[in-house]
Amino acid sequence: MIALNALVAICLSYVAFLFAVAFVAERAARRGQVGWLRSPLVYTLSLSIYCTAWTFYGAVGYAARSGLEYITIYLGPSLVMLGWWWLVRKMVRIGRTQRLTSIADLISSRFGKSNLLAIGVTILAVIGTTPYIALQLQSVTLSFDVFAQASGEAEQLPSAIWVAIGLALFTVVFGTRNLDVNERHHGVVMAIAVEAVVKLFALMAVGLFVVWGIGGGLGATLEKIDDSEIGAWQVEGGRWAGLMLLSAAAFLCLPRMFQVMVVENDDEAHLRTASWAFPTYLICMSLFVVPIAVVGLDLMPAGSNPDLFVLTIPLSQGREGLAILSFLGGFSSATSMVIVAAIALSTMVSNHIVMPIWLRFTNSGAVVSGDVRNVVLLARRLSIVGVVMLGYLYYRLSGGGNALAAIGLVSFTGVAQVLPVVLGGLFWRGATRIGAFAGLTLGFSVWLFTLFLPSVGTGVVISTTVMEQGFFGWSWLRPQALFGIEGLDPLMHTLFWSLALNTIAFFGFSLVSFPTPLERLQGAQFVNIFQHSSSVRSWSPGVAQSEDLMVMAQRILGAGEAQALFSRAARKQGVSGNLPEPTPGFLELLERELSGSVGAATAHAMIGQIVGGMSVSVQDLMAVADESAQLMEYSARLKEQSDELSRTARKLREANQKLTRISVQKDAFLSQISHELRTPMTSVRAFSEILRDSGQLTEAEQTKYASIIHDEAIRLTRLLDDLLDLSVLENGQVSLNLRHDMLRDLLDRAAAAALADDDGSALRLRRDRALEDIPIYTDPDRLTQVFINLISNSKKYCEAETPELHIRVGQRGDLLSLDFVDNGFGISPEAQDVIFEKFARVSDQKAGGAGLGLAICRQIMARLGGEITYLKGEGGAAFRIDLPTNITVAAQ
Amino acid sequence: MGKRVLLIEDEPNIIEAISFILSRDGWTVETHANGHDAVDVVQGNLPDVLILDVMLPGKSGYDILRELRAHHGQTELPVLMLTARGQSKDRDLAEQAGVNRFITKPFSNAEVLDAVRDLGEA
Repeated sequence: MIALNALVAICLSYVAFLFAVAFVAERAARRGQVGWLRSPLVYTLSLSIYCTAWTFYGAVGYAARSGLEYITIYLGPSLVMLGWWWLVRKMVRIGRTQRLTSIADLISSRFGKSNLLAIGVTILAVIGTTPYIALQLQSVTLSFDVFAQASGEAEQLPSAIWVAIGLALFTVVFGTRNLDVNERHHGVVMAIAVEAVVKLFALMAVGLFVVWGIGGGLGATLEKIDDSEIGAWQVEGGRWAGLMLLSAAAFLCLPRMFQVMVVENDDEAHLRTASWAFPTYLICMSLFVVPIAVVGLDLMPAGSNPDLFVLTIPLSQGREGLAILSFLGGFSSATSMVIVAAIALSTMVSNHIVMPIWLRFTNSGAVVSGDVRNVVLLARRLSIVGVVMLGYLYYRLSGGGNALAAIGLVSFTGVAQVLPVVLGGLFWRGATRIGAFAGLTLGFSVWLFTLFLPSVGTGVVISTTVMEQGFFGWSWLRPQALFGIEGLDPLMHTLFWSLALNTIAFFGFSLVSFPTPLERLQGAQFVNIFQHSSSVRSWSPGVAQSEDLMVMAQRILGAGEAQALFSRAARKQGVSGNLPEPTPGFLELLERELSGSVGAATAHAMIGQIVGGMSVSVQDLMAVADESAQLMEYSARLKEQSDELSRTARKLREANQKLTRISVQKDAFLSQISHELRTPMTSVRAFSEILRDSGQLTEAEQTKYASIIHDEAIRLTRLLDDLLDLSVLENGQVSLNLRHDMLRDLLDRAAAAALADDDGSALRLRRDRALEDIPIYTDPDRLTQVFINLISNSKKYCEAETPELHIRVGQRGDLLSLDFVDNGFGISPEAQDVIFEKFARVSDQKAGGAGLGLAICRQIMARLGGEITYLKGEGGAAFRIDLPTNITVAAQ
Repeated sequence: MGKRVLLIEDEPNIIEAISFILSRDGWTVETHANGHDAVDVVQGNLPDVLILDVMLPGKSGYDILRELRAHHGQTELPVLMLTARGQSKDRDLAEQAGVNRFITKPFSNAEVLDAVRDLGEA
């Protein structure tokens, strides 16, 4: 009998051997000697982590219990590799071009880099993988148990916790040795490839022993199979199809499968080999399952665990060496699965959960890159330990009592929830983030409720009452009979409902929601990956047309500079003519030159278009968009400045127009003044010449002509006075002489002055003197001047037979209003608009005025804080004066 | 009976002065004081010399002269124009309208008399 200690020692040696393999591979990779690491064989063997301890031990148990059904677990992945290799190729291509690190990254990236989605998928993956890890721990513990019982050392059984700790340690050491941008782990891949060989070799060895050592040769064994129950098992079409779908989905969606299939993939061409080699591997793995099961059932005592036949049969035959080999095969299966799963999950957990949180709580601007590296490594290590410990916890909770296969299928179903979103994301551009979220959430919830929680054990999380009567007592919410559909086995029940609801929600919500621009771009990138096959960001020579590059460069740099650049490069290359060869070096030079003008991303994209070897990636487009945004901002600033300039120009133009208008007005004014001055001077000159030159004038003539000269001289004086007065008023240089006075007194004075020299004019003033008894604080002389003007105008221009001027006084609070209305014909409407302008003489007759009176009145009223307006509709000429009774109050 | 002068002017004192000067020289002076019907007055009683003020109530001297020259065939009628607006553009306007003589106010009596004599003899 093998001592348990010896077994442990063998285990440790085996692990040490794996360490060595991983170490050597790692070192070779670092030295760049990756040729043998990158063989398609290694890639194919690494895919074998699909075959875990469940497959190694459990398949035999499965066959013993359910006959050939176990084969579905192999058929699913085989069909994928043989028939759907293009789907895998698409995933690999996308994974490489987008630098995806995990299945969560794939989904998040496809749906607009949604971190929320990444977190959701990560949590789903962790929960879905936990039972699976528990399963591996259980299998290792069970296999130890077999040897312990055989050697009677059951009490010293190493606890599952030690297995867990050991696995976590190994994974931490090799999974996080270094931080590769591509998340590649050459050492680990090599180690699991070796493990793949070990487990295949072990199972084949046991199989050969069983068939030829015990069964008595092929023929005899086949007969035995025909006789046994297994041969009589019926194929259930529906369940088989379901299980095949399930295993195919799991093969595509399991985080560890994504890790080895996509992330660790070195060369897309390896898929070609793997597409036939991996199914072959699976066939080899499954070849002896039935013989072992049949022989085991025949050989072993009733009630022994068929899951362990692979171990117990050699032991029962005393073949300890074979048993140890078989143990190592199982051990390999378990460890490789746990290691890769832990690496994959820790990548997801640290990238999508820990790092975003850490970055949020630290000042990301002040982070040194070394710090981040250490934090990432720490996050990875903690995640690995956490993931393995979760598996251990599940193992403890579930008691390890369930059949291995059952636990495996629970896991598969959980992970399969990702399938609709992955397929939809890869092939349907209309898929949206909201749809993905809805599908995943619904499918995962159904799985959790109907399969996962019950799997932990009835009564642990979900009570027996709920199991039998439904959630809240609603019978349609019974975990194993949703919507009242009974009779399906729990697995098929969950598979059907979860995937159906998941898919419906995914498509439904995708159809009614709208993708963001980034989602659209990413969707196009994913779905049309083969039209956009871009690889690395450096130039490959050959296809580029120097002439096209020249044309483009001329557009951007200008003809002279572009030609100089090209001929310089041509001379350097030693090429005759002006066009250099499009070598990578020249393309990089050109890109740098163009970057200076159009920005790096745009330059890269433009050259990429011409070189043709690569097309524009989403990142390129986003970068181009960024540059365009900067340019737009810049041009917006330019536009602002140009707006400012045109505003200034408009102001200048307006000011100029104003000046021109003023200048025109000034010319007109001067012309008017000239006319007004020249007219009286004409008379003065003419008559003075007559008086001087004509000898025989009568005395009456002499007197008449002298008085004409006199009158005209006075008219000239008055005109000059008015002009000066107006000039002072307009320039605001007038100083007001403010005093308290009575309105009545002012009007009396004005009437006396205007009507003083009684020249026979019959103008009569109508006043209500009682109403005029208003105290007023203003400049009385100026106000009187206005009154005189109005009364004089009336005297001069009123055409009525008995001319009469009515002066009406009204007072409203501090405001005084006086109306001067005569009984003449009034002023025509068109004239009303201009009477307050300078030299605006309305009447045809000569009345001696220069037309400045009302202009002066308007200026005075403005100075006194009031105004003068023409009052329409009064019949005769009518003016209204509004002014404050107290100018200082009004000024406030 | 001397030659006739028609004076169209609205300033009474200037009418008086010019009438006095020309009468003393043997001219028959007729006057008219607004622009409205000046053209009709000229047409109805063609003078030997027409003296035209520019700033007239109703119609400017330029307009009156233009109408006479263009619409009424009075291309030969000698016209002396008087204006108190002495800018060069006023002279231009007058010449465009077809004036024979242009005198700016204030004028010397002899200047007006010489101009009327010249125009009357031509």
